[in-house]
Amino acid sequence: MTAMRDKRTTEAEAVATLASGMTIGIGGWGARRKPMSVVRELLRSDVDDLTVVSWGGPDVGMLCAAGKVRRLVYAFVSLDSIPLEPHFRSARQSGAIEDEPWDEGLFLLGLQAAAWRVPFLPSRAGLGSDLFRDNPRLRTVTSPYDDAEELVAAPALTLDAAFVHVNRADQAGNAAYLGPDPYFDDLFLQAAPTGRRFVSVERVVPTEDLAKEAPLQALFISRLMVDGVIEAPGGAHPTSCAGDYERDEAFQRRYAASAASPEAWEAFRREWLDLPEAEYQAARARQAPA
Amino acid sequence: MTATEGTRAAVRRADVCAVAVAECFRGDGELLANPIGTIPMIGGRLARASFEPDLAMTDGEAALIANDEASPDPDARVVEHFNPYRHMFDWVWSGRRHIMMGATQVDRYGNQNIAAIGDYGRPRVQLLGYRGAPGNTINDVTSYWVPRHGPKVVCERVDTVCGIGYDRAAALPGDAGRFHEVRRVVTDLCVLDFETSDHRMRLRSVHPGVTVEEVVAATGFDLVVPDAVPTSRRPTDEELQLLRTVIDPDDRRSEEVPER
Repeated sequence: MTAMRDKRTTEAEAVATLASGMTIGIGGWGARRKPMSVVRELLRSDVDDLTVVSWGGPDVGMLCAAGKVRRLVYAFVSLDSIPLEPHFRSARQSGAIEDEPWDEGLFLLGLQAAAWRVPFLPSRAGLGSDLFRDNPRLRTVTSPYDDAEELVAAPALTLDAAFVHVNRADQAGNAAYLGPDPYFDDLFLQAAPTGRRFVSVERVVPTEDLAKEAPLQALFISRLMVDGVIEAPGGAHPTSCAGDYERDEAFQRRYAASAASPEAWEAFRREWLDLPEAEYQAARARQAPA
Repeated sequence: MTATEGTRAAVRRADVCAVAVAECFRGDGELLANPIGTIPMIGGRLARASFEPDLAMTDGEAALIANDEASPDPDARVVEHFNPYRHMFDWVWSGRRHIMMGATQVDRYGNQNIAAIGDYGRPRVQLLGYRGAPGNTINDVTSYWVPRHGPKVVCERVDTVCGIGYDRAAALPGDAGRFHEVRRVVTDLCVLDFETSDHRMRLRSVHPGVTVEEVVAATGFDLVVPDAVPTSRRPTDEELQLLRTVIDPDDRRSEEVPER
């Protein structure tokens, strides 16, 4: 077998490719399979003024709480078992972030349009709703065919960088999920330019083991979509990484409670976020019930 | 009252709500019934286990499952289809789904808000976001579940229109709203529908033990109230048996709607 390029890298090197003001896409869904080790690295970096595109969970909440977000592009933000994300709510209610609401289906189309390099994809989703009041980026388009129907033109959600977290990858960036749902991770990667498409994984395995560890249909990320592979065991913590571990509900409750006051957030941040990833992983392993 | 209907003493509000939810799906045939929330899931399973056996339903994650139980153990799921999140839009946009969503606010034409309370630019209370409500309502049959009926929920004006109501759908050019249908709103007090000449919300039935006056007082606008308002159907003995022994043996439904 001809050797494939070794794309292994680190959270720090990946974040070093970013600049303030960029638009970044974060994979996963709610509090599921989020690239949290990359988010933690971002929190420690001096990158800010970000436009964040996400099926929002604690990634959005932490970045909001740390003041990294200028604009949020989203259809929802939730911690699943805690339906409303408290840090996101604080950011919205205090006016700290610009808000760009989307419908979930339009969001899918926006990512797909970016991946396919077309300016928009049409849909009925959004017609008649206040999305047109609250998201001035949305426009309609008239069908060029005889029906002449007016549809919503979901604009391409073109990214400057994309980060996703999955269960297994080889060193070239072919990757598989072991849980029930791919979410939209492959689309995030394809919506970003070559050079800033990163997949973090629980474990890097030899290419010949990928199809042994996961069914063929789960090998949904190709090395053609990936520039950097970050081996990050526990990297999705506290979100779930189904197939490897469930959500850390106790930790998530502590995180949610840190939205009670600026002091609570600062204490949480000092204890859990102002430390290198290896120390974070060691500390949270000590916290976990035996 | 037929011979198989449960006795009044044995029937609880949560059971009536489950039956009212099930009734929303009557006639739907082979389609994805997608009730979201505790009593909606239980009511949907009840419809499927009794009078709408062709309904397809999700496990709340990435599979369609054939179980009668509302919350089966993961190992006990009977999976009939791989249904990851992105696949949901295939059902939604092709009109093969009837969703029952929650509503933080819902108005007389069925406009629904789950995004934010107050001025959208600087909301008093930020909620989930628009989620899929705009796309759901323009493409598919939609019903709503309101576990605590009150005038701020069933209200004069929603602050943000996520799911669109009949007035918004009618105002669209041409027949753009042709797939729109808000079928019912089921609350802890009553069942509401839009079967009026101008699709204003109508009181369809009151749950046993609830008066029309209570519903009117708990509603933030002038509801269309027919001269005779029926009582919501009580569960049959067979339905009660299904609820208690198969669909919801842990009685999660009465946690959402307790007896008062």
